Amino acid sequence: MSISLASQSPSITRKYATTFSVAISDRLTYRTDFLFATLMRFLPLVSIAFLWTAIFEGSGATRIAGFTQGEMVAYNLMVFISRAFSSMPGLAIGIASDIRDGQIKKYLTQPVDMISFLFVTRLAHKLVYYLLALAPFGLVIFLCRDFFPPSPTPAIWFWFIVSLAFSFVIGFMFEATIGLIAFWTLEVTSLSYLTMSVVYVLSGHMFPLDLLPPAVAEFLRWLPFQYLAYFPAKLFLLGNQMSVEMLTFEIARMIGWTLALVTLVRVLFARGLRRYSAFGG
Amino acid sequence: MPIVEVNDLAKTYRVAQKKKVGVLGSLQQLFSPEYKTVSAVQGLSFQIDEGEMVAFLGPNGAGKTTTLKMLSGLIYPTAGTARVMTFVPWERRDDYRRQFSLVMGQKNQLWWDLPARESFRLHRDIYGLDPSFFTKTHDSLVELLRVSHLIDQPVRELSLGERMKMELVAALLHQPRVLFLDEPTIGLDVVAQTQIRDFLREHNRERGVTTLLTSHYMRDVESLCRRAIIINHGRLIYDGTLDGIVAKFTRFKTVKLQFAGEVPTDLAAYAPVHDSRGSTAYLRLERNQVASILAQILDRYAVDDVTVDEVPLEEVIADFFQSADQAASLLPRTAS
Repeated sequence: MSISLASQSPSITRKYATTFSVAISDRLTYRTDFLFATLMRFLPLVSIAFLWTAIFEGSGATRIAGFTQGEMVAYNLMVFISRAFSSMPGLAIGIASDIRDGQIKKYLTQPVDMISFLFVTRLAHKLVYYLLALAPFGLVIFLCRDFFPPSPTPAIWFWFIVSLAFSFVIGFMFEATIGLIAFWTLEVTSLSYLTMSVVYVLSGHMFPLDLLPPAVAEFLRWLPFQYLAYFPAKLFLLGNQMSVEMLTFEIARMIGWTLALVTLVRVLFARGLRRYSAFGG
Repeated sequence: MPIVEVNDLAKTYRVAQKKKVGVLGSLQQLFSPEYKTVSAVQGLSFQIDEGEMVAFLGPNGAGKTTTLKMLSGLIYPTAGTARVMTFVPWERRDDYRRQFSLVMGQKNQLWWDLPARESFRLHRDIYGLDPSFFTKTHDSLVELLRVSHLIDQPVRELSLGERMKMELVAALLHQPRVLFLDEPTIGLDVVAQTQIRDFLREHNRERGVTTLLTSHYMRDVESLCRRAIIINHGRLIYDGTLDGIVAKFTRFKTVKLQFAGEVPTDLAAYAPVHDSRGSTAYLRLERNQVASILAQILDRYAVDDVTVDEVPLEEVIADFFQSADQAASLLPRTAS
């Protein structure tokens, strides 16, 4: 054997650390275009703020589904932040095109795990995004500071950050699942667009789940989508109204979904590869 | 012990068939798909010794790429066995993946927007290479291919030939013992083709990498390989020296005649004229008739010079590939 296996685990860390650093350089190539795209994404927020102002004024209510007008604007901002962690533009379609065009060969002939590689690459992309978006984000939140309730407790802050990290993992695994379906169907573009609009509603991105009939809202809380947008936002804004039991339960359910989705991706990947190796290439 | 050993390897694909065109046909395909079985490789056996450079030839669709994919572990065979070094390729063990490389002329492994240097650095750590081992290999490859001035330029700005050279560096950084090259010079200009060919020859001489090469350019094959394996319809039809191909696949020799004056118009009465330019004519004569027909021609016309040659490999292969369908049923299926 030409390569010693003794230093196996440090070499694995190193493998993905380098992947991370190369992916960062890659992402920084197009920073100008990227910055511009980031700024453009704030535009819909303005129209959403106007929309809710109109709704509140039209109905004459001071609270809708437990949210004041200000909290509703703050909710939309927080959902925007959650989605910055959990949305994975191009991941599913990218995996599908790797499978279809045969770029997947690169992962199969080299000593590297495709899912870990994509995960680390995406982590790097997100990091670059946060660095670039930090200033405009900060500015918007500063301008909207009056809409926010008092800052949450340190404990809530902690769980909020944890929930953002999990929303990244859940978002990644969900999109990867859609992408891996391409092992069977080759094309996932329409499926990907379909799930995008479904997620928009089910994750609470479009409006807080509390607006829905209680039974429906409760059902949706059992699905993983709420952790992509609704849960971190609600936790940040109304976490102090949440009981410890409720919070523990939500965190446990979130971890449960994460493990389930990681397992699902692993199983789909292994089965898909077996199918690919048997039928295609 | 051979380093590559293939025994009765077979691969059958199931290909979806869409019989009717248009939306209706697509719908029918969606609900009751029809499949056709395609035998891409049928009972292929061969062995390659360590350090050999073997040409793997055959017309399009003969099963070359399918075979290379099985040997690289991308796909499983339907039947048969293969062993490369001590490994079964399609188990995709990391120990195996650290010791071979697959280079496909039409596939890009480098990061498009980054300088090749970054991709090389990633390769170093993906393969877990020792830094000094990496630097030594890297420097010698980059020097041999004369691309040291290009490694800091984004890959997207490189020409096709330069990119292919970078692909080769990346593929060889971990010093694989076995190399599968699928059309490495496809689409390149003559200069780049020559440079890559020279590099591969030199690299093989220095490192003794066992190489299986497919190429449509006979120049590549002639300058790199002494042995060729030819397959068609997934079956082995030739395994032997390059020179042997000419003897086996053509009954003809080329005869070049230099006449004193113009090429006589009734020359065709003796043999079909393959080509004729000014006072020079090229004939294709059956090997066993060369002497007698040539005697008749020399007897009748004023000929200044005569050259008798083998048909060039390129033409033999081209003729063979063109008539591959008929040939496959006529030629004996030898396995030597």
